[in-house]
Amino acid sequence: MSQFLQYAVSGLSIGALYSLVALGLVLIYRSTRILNFGHGDIATVGTFFAFTLLSHNYSWQMAFPPALILGAVLAMIFYFVILIPAQRRNATQLGQIILTVGLSLILQGLVAYFWGTEPQSFPFPLSDTKTWKVYKDVVISELSLGALAIGLVGSLILFFLVQKTRLGLAMRAVSENLPAAQTLGIPTRRVLSLSWGLAAFLGVLAGIFLAPALLLDPFFMLEPFLKGFAAAVLGGLNSLPGAIAGGLILGVAESLAGGYVTVAFKNTLAFIVIIVVLLIRPEGLLGKEFIERV
Amino acid sequence: MALNRVNLSVTEKSIMGIIGPNGSGKTTLFNCLTGIYHPDRGDILFEGKSVRNLSPDRIAARGIARTFQNLRLFMNMSTLDNLLLGRHLRFNKNPLYPLFRIRKEEIRHREWVEGIIDFLDLQAYRNSRVADCPYGVQKRIELGRALALEPRLLLLDEPISGLTSEEKEESAYLITEIRGRFEVTILLVEHDLRIASRLSDTMTALYYGQKLAEGSPDEVKRNPEVIRAYLGDD
Repeated sequence: MSQFLQYAVSGLSIGALYSLVALGLVLIYRSTRILNFGHGDIATVGTFFAFTLLSHNYSWQMAFPPALILGAVLAMIFYFVILIPAQRRNATQLGQIILTVGLSLILQGLVAYFWGTEPQSFPFPLSDTKTWKVYKDVVISELSLGALAIGLVGSLILFFLVQKTRLGLAMRAVSENLPAAQTLGIPTRRVLSLSWGLAAFLGVLAGIFLAPALLLDPFFMLEPFLKGFAAAVLGGLNSLPGAIAGGLILGVAESLAGGYVTVAFKNTLAFIVIIVVLLIRPEGLLGKEFIERV
Repeated sequence: MALNRVNLSVTEKSIMGIIGPNGSGKTTLFNCLTGIYHPDRGDILFEGKSVRNLSPDRIAARGIARTFQNLRLFMNMSTLDNLLLGRHLRFNKNPLYPLFRIRKEEIRHREWVEGIIDFLDLQAYRNSRVADCPYGVQKRIELGRALALEPRLLLLDEPISGLTSEEKEESAYLITEIRGRFEVTILLVEHDLRIASRLSDTMTALYYGQKLAEGSPDEVKRNPEVIRAYLGDD
């Protein structure tokens, strides 16, 4: 029993970070129907930037905010400089998705150029060996607790922003019916660019908390990105609460599968989840089915 | 070509009806006026200034609001949220302002929106999801959302089509009320010739992207070309 709980606790903390990645993907997808393949790489750039600042002896308070902002700015630049001109030239949905793949490859190249491909360990203020007892012999490390907390806080802030603020209302309006939002005077491009920035912000946040457990190399976000994608599909690609639920469920499932079946199985699970969801419930757990008007 | 050499002018605070059979370019005209399409040639002046190349949100900011022939509401939101979105432009734009005055400003806009809810008799649907409301109610919500912008020019695209005859009478009454109460100029696209001529001060008939006739409703209705276009089409 306590072993089961131990797996569940570790699963929840990694799942909270998958949720953050998934939220970023869903935020973009629901408003533009674009699956952002560059999401993980923007997070990588932000995380590497934080790494550089930390290794120059800046405190984390000084290092993390600029890294988060850098990620957001990168995403907004991509939106304004690449996507909007492409849309003006009537780029198809698929074409725009390919552009995000291009963004991903370019960023990977830049990261490899500036920071090298040698895996490095990320100096982090939270330790993964210092642990607390949760229940009997179930323990949680400081790092895991931090991840869980940041996932929770990130989700709550996003919820508050989307549900309770005027910007959030405008964001929901734009994602539900862009032409109608425009005729009400909502500057849809500005709103969408903020969605891109916010999504990248959440991605970098996840990256910073994932890096200490993984080694930092130009491709370290690839796996979390795919997991976040699986979580988003599981929850429903257009549902923000779905992304959170999907991330937590995937994290726990993966941890249990790793513990009880085999560690080799851990990464396969995400893809099995994608396939099963698409076959059985394509709209995901909490997603509303899209009804395209003919 | 969807519209060719169509030349119109509307007097402030009047109601102009635009009639014509299907495909005559009525909705295209609205799409040009609201920046969804940009005309290849010609110009669109609103209060003396060109709005021809402006984006839809800029045009809305100039004071032009519209409804759509096929409703374009935010179906998964409440009636209240739909109407509040119409107030978007009226919120204070100073980024620091909301920090201090957010409650007060929110209350002011809520009150404004409540006024519209009373006027359009939407009290029972205030917190309903729009998708769950009957069609006639959805039409009124869309009208309310356009009014929430406090426009000086209101474009109504077939405001009474698809309604029951009782609802049609109600809506016709509302439209005449709106002009007086909100001091707004109205352009009205309507299929129903009888109601359109009753509501309009002046009328313009379009036919395959060309202007066929304009004048008082009676003049237009009696115009032999208009009669031929209508009879020929039906």
